[in-house]
Amino acid sequence: MTVIEVVGLRKAYGERVAVRDVSFALDEGEIFGLLGPNGAGKTTTVECVAGLRAPDGGRVRVFGHDPQRERTAVTARLGVQLQASEVQPNLRVREALRLYASFYPDPVDPDELLEILGLTGQAQVRFARLSGGQRQRLSIALALIGRPAVAILDELTTGLDPAARRDTWELIAAVRERGVTVLLVTHFMAEAERLCDRVAVINAGRVVACDSPAALTARLDTGQRIRFVPSEPVDDRELAELPGVESASRHGEEILVVGGGEALSVLVTHLARRGVLAHRLRVEQPSLDDAYLALTAHTSSRSTS
Amino acid sequence: MTSSLVPPVSPTTPDTQCRPRSRPGRHPFWALVRVEALLFGRSAAGVVWTALIPPAAVIVLGAVPATRHPSASFDGRSPLETWLPVLMMYEFLMTAANLLPAVLAGYRERGILRRLSTTPVPPSRLLGAQALIYLSLAAVLDAAMLAIAVICGVPVPDQFAGFVLTLVLVAAAMLGIGLVLAALAPGEKAANALGLVVFFPLLFFAGLWIPRSQMPPVLRDISDVTPLGAGARAVQDCLDGRWPAGTALLVLAAYAALCAVVAARRFRWQ
Repeated sequence: MTVIEVVGLRKAYGERVAVRDVSFALDEGEIFGLLGPNGAGKTTTVECVAGLRAPDGGRVRVFGHDPQRERTAVTARLGVQLQASEVQPNLRVREALRLYASFYPDPVDPDELLEILGLTGQAQVRFARLSGGQRQRLSIALALIGRPAVAILDELTTGLDPAARRDTWELIAAVRERGVTVLLVTHFMAEAERLCDRVAVINAGRVVACDSPAALTARLDTGQRIRFVPSEPVDDRELAELPGVESASRHGEEILVVGGGEALSVLVTHLARRGVLAHRLRVEQPSLDDAYLALTAHTSSRSTS
Repeated sequence: MTSSLVPPVSPTTPDTQCRPRSRPGRHPFWALVRVEALLFGRSAAGVVWTALIPPAAVIVLGAVPATRHPSASFDGRSPLETWLPVLMMYEFLMTAANLLPAVLAGYRERGILRRLSTTPVPPSRLLGAQALIYLSLAAVLDAAMLAIAVICGVPVPDQFAGFVLTLVLVAAAMLGIGLVLAALAPGEKAANALGLVVFFPLLFFAGLWIPRSQMPPVLRDISDVTPLGAGARAVQDCLDGRWPAGTALLVLAAYAALCAVVAARRFRWQ
């Protein structure tokens, strides 16, 4: 079932076009990532989905409703965590959660949520005295307090230390386990690779690719890079002539072989026939990072031409 | 947080279990009123300048014999009777036209109104809660100061209906000015600065430094068309036992209407 549908979204602020043409759809229960460099139009897109901004063109539907005109149908089931949205500075953490809980018909127990987010010790602390990570966790808690069917999380882990980031990832994965659909805005590849079922890569206001992280990476046909230290001297020119191998070169005692998908098995068979062992064998495959850079670089050069 | 998280959310199945909930079983608006009132109580400066200093001033004026008794230099009124209307005006000025716009502009600046926009409770409810808290606070303090003054010998105003009508119009005018300031100010600091810009002139014309009875005619004419000058004049009429001057009520209503139009056009939630 489609829970969020965005078709041909367009939004400009005066002369500056923030979103040119963005389309995607979220299926129930998935974690969908919006990926892109700063200024690509990610935040504007989710603001239109949350009903905070009116699109200039295109169509946005949340549970089949227009988030601008049918606010009540959307807000009750959509939890939103936005960048730079604070809480009253002198409000204590538990008070904030109780306040927001009172807005929804069937909220989560605030104390239970505090426990899950590791904020129990801060329940009596005022917002102004919380650390960045604690504020971020409170913000997530406020997005989840109303028991939403869909949660929008914008730049969730920006500004968190690595340990807090990992904790947050675990939390998001756990939230999804219970069937909550998540729209995750990020510019961290590791985050998208780890959490998202599918990602849409946005660049300069357009979706340039939309697929699973693995498929996006596979699409990038750079093949693989194999490094090893042979147990006995090997002629690298001979390696370069193997089928499926593009090049082979020697770097000190290490040999680097670049080739397509079958290069590794061909190489290993060849070495075995010669009775050579491959020590410290490493195979590098393109990561989502590489795929992302290729996708965003490609479109920015096209848009300038 | 650990990996053995019990996830908080189960959206598809309605919650049929009966489980303890620390949720305040309140209507969202009253939950907002409660929280914002609590937050006001935590702002020491706000409490001191609204709830402590003006009533203390009335008590001092009422306790000292020289300021309790009528004096020829104040048109036959006592200094207490002279400054009581000014202090009553001060309460609405301080709460609705100074504290309220600073809080609202600050909330907008910090994205609090924006976060509220994503919930089933629109930010206009927060504005409503703020207005209710500040205006009732000012009304209660005005009533308390009147009670103190009556105990100290000021006659009970015969024109009680006129007195209430005047305070309602003063509240509306001050709320209007406060909303215009909140609309014009980009943030909390700017709202505070704008608040000061209106604070001193309005108080001056209300008669804080020169009582209206001692103002030169030109000053008093100007005072008549300022919101708090008109308000102080109407309250003074009530204390003197007269129905408040029609022009004074009209001036207050005009400010309220004008400011409402400007605020409605210029106010932004984000």
